[in-house]
Amino acid sequence: MPGVELEETLLPGVGVRYQMRTRSGQLLGIVVQREGGAEIAVFDRRDPDRARETFRLDPEEVDALAEVLGAPRLTQRFADLSREVPGLESARITVREGSPFAGRTLGDTRARTVTGCSVVAIVRGADVVPSPAPADALFAGDVLVVIGSAAGLEQLDRRIAGQV
Amino acid sequence: MDHVAALLVELGLLFLGLSLLGLLARRLGLSPVPFILLAALALGEGGLVPVENAAPFLEAAAEIGVVLLLLTLGLEFSATELFASFRRHAPSGLVDLVLNGPPGFVAGLLLGLPWQGALALGGVTYISSSGIVARLLGDLGRLANRETPAVLSVLVLEDLAMALFLPLLVVALAGDGPAQAAGGIALAVGAVLLVLLAAQRHGHRLGRLLSHDDDEQVMLRLIGLTLLVAGAAQAMGASAAVGAFLVGLALPASFAERARAILGPLRDLFAATFFVAFGLATDPGAILPVLPAALALAAVTTVTKIATGWFAARRDGVAVPGRLRAGTALVARGEFSIVIAGLAVTAGLPAVGPVATGYVLVLAVTGPVLTRFVEPLSARLVRAPAAA
Repeated sequence: MPGVELEETLLPGVGVRYQMRTRSGQLLGIVVQREGGAEIAVFDRRDPDRARETFRLDPEEVDALAEVLGAPRLTQRFADLSREVPGLESARITVREGSPFAGRTLGDTRARTVTGCSVVAIVRGADVVPSPAPADALFAGDVLVVIGSAAGLEQLDRRIAGQV
Repeated sequence: MDHVAALLVELGLLFLGLSLLGLLARRLGLSPVPFILLAALALGEGGLVPVENAAPFLEAAAEIGVVLLLLTLGLEFSATELFASFRRHAPSGLVDLVLNGPPGFVAGLLLGLPWQGALALGGVTYISSSGIVARLLGDLGRLANRETPAVLSVLVLEDLAMALFLPLLVVALAGDGPAQAAGGIALAVGAVLLVLLAAQRHGHRLGRLLSHDDDEQVMLRLIGLTLLVAGAAQAMGASAAVGAFLVGLALPASFAERARAILGPLRDLFAATFFVAFGLATDPGAILPVLPAALALAAVTTVTKIATGWFAARRDGVAVPGRLRAGTALVARGEFSIVIAGLAVTAGLPAVGPVATGYVLVLAVTGPVLTRFVEPLSARLVRAPAAA
């Protein structure tokens, strides 16, 4: 990720060590262990080589933490991605009440065939369905995270709204 | 009591005793190895209580203990980690070797050992205990510290050096003429390099051959293969330890993690019996006369290890307190020093045993204690942040 100061070092026999200097100037250490656990460390201000406080996480806690930090970031990250590829755009298309596709499957929209767009995630309240399959159901209120060309996205938006 | 009953009772008491010693060691934040050695010294030849019935079993189990110790040493680090450490820290590894091997070698010669014995003693003083150090770093919450990659890299490079040193030592201990020794060493180095290269290319096949959904199958296949190779190596005049080490190196990283988990408890059991057997075979009366020498050697090689850690951590841009932490963390010597000494003793150089025992007893305890105390001490070395 550009602009983020993240340093990665192998810790032989243990795992991988990451060190991140945040933009606010704080130093964060993360050790991801081979067995799946992790340690998150805050460094001593007087001796920035030394971890002053360490959180020890077992593999399940690591998963839980990753989910907390990861899910809301997903849609954001696609927006970032589309910014880097010229001509590729992303959009969030809401399946509104009364849409012909509410209660049907994603495959029924034939989004890719008709508009060339890819639905990369379905956001449903606090949940995210990443890389949804054609058989996944759509409900009123779902938000589709879609990438494609500007024209394709517009066409899909109209299609989901039942205007075509 | 009949023989079987006496054997079982002796072993039962022994393992219960080991459990208590382990508890005590953990409570003190130390490795159980020096405690086991001390207890075994008190029991064995010339000690307080002779262990007669269990001795033959312990000797056989000790051989398996060495094999499993070396197998897990080979499993500990992946080839990727090895090459990465070598690229980044080759000079640190060299400093480590140059500073910590020669003191043992010179001390051996001064003590009147033949050069092969001195070579073994050089190995004893060279190799830090990766078991003690890795555990210590975790216990002290230092894994995230900036000096830790340097410390672990030094350990990995010692591991690599062991792969070359062990065959070399075994050939030297066999005691043929210099020409045969040179030939044997070339052969051994060639074998190690061949295994490392073959592991890069074909290690995954070996992994596939050994892997199975069932843990029991994996354990039996792995131990079977390892004992077979170790036995073959021993029969060819190399050491069983070397064979086992090569098996560990050859296994791919993907398989190594599972193998470590499965072998862990078994390794701990047999390794403990190895330390017991080594302690039993060492006459405690023979340690006292060489204790001053062992202490002096310990003092010198404490300084040289601190210098090694200092150098390695400085390469990574770590400040003075971190360099001190790195140096003191490396001071502990333990299981592999005993393995090396054990090779020399079985090759007919019993004089290496008492020196190495005294030496390891001292450093397996003072190393961890030193690095604990250096932390608050070195904190005083850094100035308080300027009042904002």
